[in-house]
Amino acid sequence: MTKTLFEKLWSDHEVARLEDGDSLVYIDRVFLHERTGSVALESLSSEGRVIRAPSRVFCSMDHIVDTLPGRGDETLVPNGRNFIQSTRQASRQAGIRLFDVNDSEQGIVHVVSPELGIVQPGSTLVCPDSHTCSQGALGALAWGIGSSQAEHAMATNTLVVKKPRTMRVVFKGELPRLVTAKDMILHLIARYTTAGGAGYAIEFAGDAVSALDVEGRLTLCNMAVEFSAFTALIAPDEKVIDYLKGRTYAPGAENWEHAVEYWRSLRSDPDAVFDREIEVDCSQLAPFVSWGTSPQQACEVSASVPEVDGSLEEVDQRTLRKAFDYMDLRPGQALQELAIDGAFIGSCTNSRISDLREAAAILQGRKVASGVRAICVPGSQAVKRQAEAEGLDRVFLDAGFEWREPGCSMCFYAGGEGFGAQQRVVTSTNRNFEGRQGPGVRSHLASPVTVAASAIAGRLADPREYLP
Amino acid sequence: MKKFTVHRGVAAPLLRVNVDTDAIIPSREMKLVSKQGLGEGLFAAWRYTSPGGRDPEPGFVLNRPEYAGASILLSGRNFGCGSSREHAVWALAEYGVRAIIAPSFGVIFQGNCERNGILPVVLDDAAVQAIAAEVEPDPQNCQVEIDLERQQVVSPCGHSYSFDIPPSSRQMLLQGLDQIGSTLCRLDEIETFEQGLRQRRPWLFEI
Ligand code: SF4
Repeated sequence: MTKTLFEKLWSDHEVARLEDGDSLVYIDRVFLHERTGSVALESLSSEGRVIRAPSRVFCSMDHIVDTLPGRGDETLVPNGRNFIQSTRQASRQAGIRLFDVNDSEQGIVHVVSPELGIVQPGSTLVCPDSHTCSQGALGALAWGIGSSQAEHAMATNTLVVKKPRTMRVVFKGELPRLVTAKDMILHLIARYTTAGGAGYAIEFAGDAVSALDVEGRLTLCNMAVEFSAFTALIAPDEKVIDYLKGRTYAPGAENWEHAVEYWRSLRSDPDAVFDREIEVDCSQLAPFVSWGTSPQQACEVSASVPEVDGSLEEVDQRTLRKAFDYMDLRPGQALQELAIDGAFIGSCTNSRISDLREAAAILQGRKVASGVRAICVPGSQAVKRQAEAEGLDRVFLDAGFEWREPGCSMCFYAGGEGFGAQQRVVTSTNRNFEGRQGPGVRSHLASPVTVAASAIAGRLADPREYLP
Repeated sequence: MKKFTVHRGVAAPLLRVNVDTDAIIPSREMKLVSKQGLGEGLFAAWRYTSPGGRDPEPGFVLNRPEYAGASILLSGRNFGCGSSREHAVWALAEYGVRAIIAPSFGVIFQGNCERNGILPVVLDDAAVQAIAAEVEPDPQNCQVEIDLERQQVVSPCGHSYSFDIPPSSRQMLLQGLDQIGSTLCRLDEIETFEQGLRQRRPWLFEI
């Protein structure tokens, strides 16, 4: 029988089919962070449960930790120190590997895991964080779970899961210049709605996906959860193999050839049948930006805020009007007229070295518009070191950006740092929900190049007007 | 875990789509490394007049006296999308919510509900609207009943709607099962599988 890549990975890790049709799936790696992992570790130990394979459990400090220079355990997040210290203590007790506040390997979970070779093609990895789907970019089965499931995964090395259906999204053609993986995924969600991927494990394929580097693929898979997918994955190719070679936790010399041989076999059979297929022509894509409070409320940056379509269901019309109110928009208003107060480059979506390079190329020799607060937060210590070695920090600083320590930072508001109420922010993150970046903050999602161009323009802007 | 068999209670309509877990429990309200102490932060951004404050926003449905003690929520599509934080479910549970009726749910949220004794009921938009319309004139007396055994919602006027739920989820809620405990009963099977996997893919076990 022919199989999709997802089905191959699933059957390679299926311990048992349970009576009710769910599967017991073997979990190779668990990743935690101090926001949700701390609770899981504490709850596990208070119930007297033991972690079966602590050497395959990892934890990073990313969510609560400050990203200001000179940071320590103290944070601007109320009680943040508690989360950090209890995570540290619980990690020590549990004997798991912790990437602590200022460790050289610290960073955002979904940035650190690939760059250390913790996630590998054909592996299963879970994390109590919804953006774990990012890591499917390397050909792994990686998905976000709740805290209780994280406890289950640590105590048993398995999870009880209902097998999702399969979808393939084929991105065809060549992306125009300065149109990125972020624009691909925003376009997909805008076109098929946030519910478009519900119930599916999605394989991203096609020449536009093959053309992306591993980092662009991580961006693409990152927002699969915003598409409601169970997860996303991409068949590993030579780029992935080259990317992993020599990484700290990648297979060592003894197993490397064997692993690579297996990884090369990881692809959907040519005649495999998916439950649903979607095709997107990338040659027609343009830079995208969200205008509302859901990632599906997005369009080309050259377009205007849509009108309320009277034929929509009552509940959808009401939701739209609430989004206009919150975002302070009028239907028909041109997006490029919208003046911004803030610009943010960072997050597990877009904080990797290639993101910073692309944004820096736009910023080179230019200045952030006056009145705009612009912040760049590298995704990990490794990204920060590399950026500094290339002098990118200077480009950001000279343009007027703040240059931060690695972490989630202002991707989400936890009571500490945030943009001000009613401020309009263009951001390379993944969620434009009400209050996501601070109470009353109006977030517009975009690619790092669009954020950089907008920061210079002082309004939402098309990066192609600012060609490097 | 709290069992769910039959529940009857006040239902509060929160009729918008994509109610995300940041809205259900803003991150700033997750103050302790704990599953407790979250009920107060439930829907904080909508429920209180100022961020971090505790002055009730009178217009918010759960603050309206006629919805006092609401234990069922009626909502639009994709309820509980966004962040995986189980705190959203712990906050709902602590507030006293036992069930949520919506056309669809965020997948991680839905599982989190089931593991914490909250029943996610999937009914189509028309049914949700119809139930809300029956509740609204007199919510305290026009209560909604949900019977998990029979997989049925009975509206205030006595219309019944059947709903689907995966058998495993149903069992878990009906019996208040501890899933870790039941999986650990299969430890032999897990170990045998693990040995096989270690042979097939030894690099996964290098660390
Ligand atoms: S960067 Fe943002 S979306 Fe990513 S893990 Fe951190 S908080 Fe979540």
